[in-house]
Amino acid sequence: MNQRSSNLLDEALGLDQTIEPWPLRGRAVVIEDRVETSGSFVLHHLLKRSLSPNSSNVSIFIAFAQPFSHYDRILRKLGCNLVLQRDNSRFFFFDMLMLQCPGGHEGITPEGGLIALYGKIHKTILALPEVSRKNVSIIIDDLSLMEVAVNGSSDYVLDFLHYCRTLTSEFDCSLITLNHEDIYSSADRPTFLLQMEYLADILIKAEPLATGLATDVHGQLTVLSKSMNYGQESSRNNTSNFHFKVKENIVECFYPGSRG
Amino acid sequence: MAAAKTRASSFSRNLSAAAPSQGPGLKCGPNGLVFLSSGIPDLDKILGGGFPLGSLVMVMEDAEAPHHMLLLRNFMAQGLVHNQPLLYASPARDPRGFLGTLPSPAASKDNKSYETDPDQSKNLQEKGLRIAWQYKKYFGENQLNFDGQKGSLSLDGKHEYSNEFDLRKPLDRHFLNRQHVDCVSIQDSPDLSVLRDRCSTFSSQFPRVSCAGRIAIQSFCAPQCAYSNMEWDMLSFIRSLKSMVRSSNSVAIITFPPSLLSPSFCKRWQHMADTLLSVKAIPDEDKDLAQLLTGYQEMVGFLNVHKVARINTQVPVILEATTFSIKLQKRRYLVLECLNQAPVDGSSGTSYGTSGSCSGSSKAGNLDF
Repeated sequence: MNQRSSNLLDEALGLDQTIEPWPLRGRAVVIEDRVETSGSFVLHHLLKRSLSPNSSNVSIFIAFAQPFSHYDRILRKLGCNLVLQRDNSRFFFFDMLMLQCPGGHEGITPEGGLIALYGKIHKTILALPEVSRKNVSIIIDDLSLMEVAVNGSSDYVLDFLHYCRTLTSEFDCSLITLNHEDIYSSADRPTFLLQMEYLADILIKAEPLATGLATDVHGQLTVLSKSMNYGQESSRNNTSNFHFKVKENIVECFYPGSRG
Repeated sequence: MAAAKTRASSFSRNLSAAAPSQGPGLKCGPNGLVFLSSGIPDLDKILGGGFPLGSLVMVMEDAEAPHHMLLLRNFMAQGLVHNQPLLYASPARDPRGFLGTLPSPAASKDNKSYETDPDQSKNLQEKGLRIAWQYKKYFGENQLNFDGQKGSLSLDGKHEYSNEFDLRKPLDRHFLNRQHVDCVSIQDSPDLSVLRDRCSTFSSQFPRVSCAGRIAIQSFCAPQCAYSNMEWDMLSFIRSLKSMVRSSNSVAIITFPPSLLSPSFCKRWQHMADTLLSVKAIPDEDKDLAQLLTGYQEMVGFLNVHKVARINTQVPVILEATTFSIKLQKRRYLVLECLNQAPVDGSSGTSYGTSGSCSGSSKAGNLDF
């Protein structure tokens, strides 16, 4: 019965049907959140789904926000052992907490730092066995910290993301990123956010409820899925909106008002 | 998937997150976290134990009142009482001077009931075990030697996790003259490299396991600091401070005036914080507020809890109330109380059931922050 509750999110993303082939392959997923409502649980959920035992999916996790121990503990409670997956080469963790460009003594330029990171990702994918190469998810937590790491040169970050986008077409990778919407919406020109939203095939927004905080409902999720049908059929966007409650071992999603 | 599976159980004791030898200044919590006290017992309760090691606390100041100093003072004093290394940075010319204003731990409340019987209390203090006086006769010699950590009485409050601080009594000099107390002035530095280096040296100086350090940075983006217009540099510093604090099991607290940052950067700072608090001044003689809240006259300010640290877990903390009033009990002790709506005067005609007692106030305009 527990499987049912997170299915609203899985349904919206197409993850409830089959895991193989990975429904998100070749797609860019952008998760947006705010100070009041954190969206990292969506990242954890997607990571767990991608490392499901029924698939041969590989995840490359680029962490700017938290160290490995943090994700390990959380995913463990969700039923996924990151250490084991890492040992089985299904999970690659790039710890970017200390990445600083321009670097002090090493003289890493902002551009150089990100190019090196891209190179590392590319190399990792090439080193994978042929069968796994088709099912790679690149997960980035989170983009605003990547901007800080390059001292504000958002252009380089966008370039980096565009490069990762080429990977989605070359290798059918999926790109999943987290960013904080309220940082850009309060800026004069939210260009970075708009570019990200344009880049995204699927946009997931985590927002607080209009009525404020509540213990039973932690917020609302809006999933906007851009249709991939080009050509004759008019491309229609699928939108779904529902409430969620985050627990240690699961995220419960439900339509507004359907919870006691 | 027929590969031979090594017997790697998914349950492995997480020894790497070294549980520090449990001195009185540290407390274990859920999710493998270890907490240290904020110096304000009420705040520790609200936050579910205190500040977790490895977290970054940010306090948004109010330009109209220096309430953030109360938080800083208690935080620093608590660290000194527990002999935890301290690094203090401020825009003042001589930050050491501020250390002289730190409060002293209050005499333990249990002591007060024994004041009338000085011989009895002295005896008990010697034995270091808190026993109600009439039961003392039931305990044999061996019991009295028991090192009761939990209920221990002590003159200087060293054995308690969280002390009540007496704001009228300054901290004993001997606490300040210890080795691990360091002060930095950030006023004249053209950039943040000096502060970064000092924090880095501070973080690496003590072994991770046995003690936890505290870093307190006051008014980080104050305009008198030369680097205050270097927005990305400040963010970059906060990010590296955060990873330093994570890897050295310390706690850092940064206070800053949010009005001096652009809105977008203010949001970035807020996202950086693990625990986010804000303090607000109370206007004097506000008749509307006086009517609305009980105990208005004793309130010094408001404390708002925006975010509680979520390390090692994805479940958000939803507090029953996020706004608390800061009061000085007996003009000495800092307490935080939930806001309580005053009984409504029937004749005034205001609606009785407009709002709940805590954060949802009908006068949303005045208390809206």
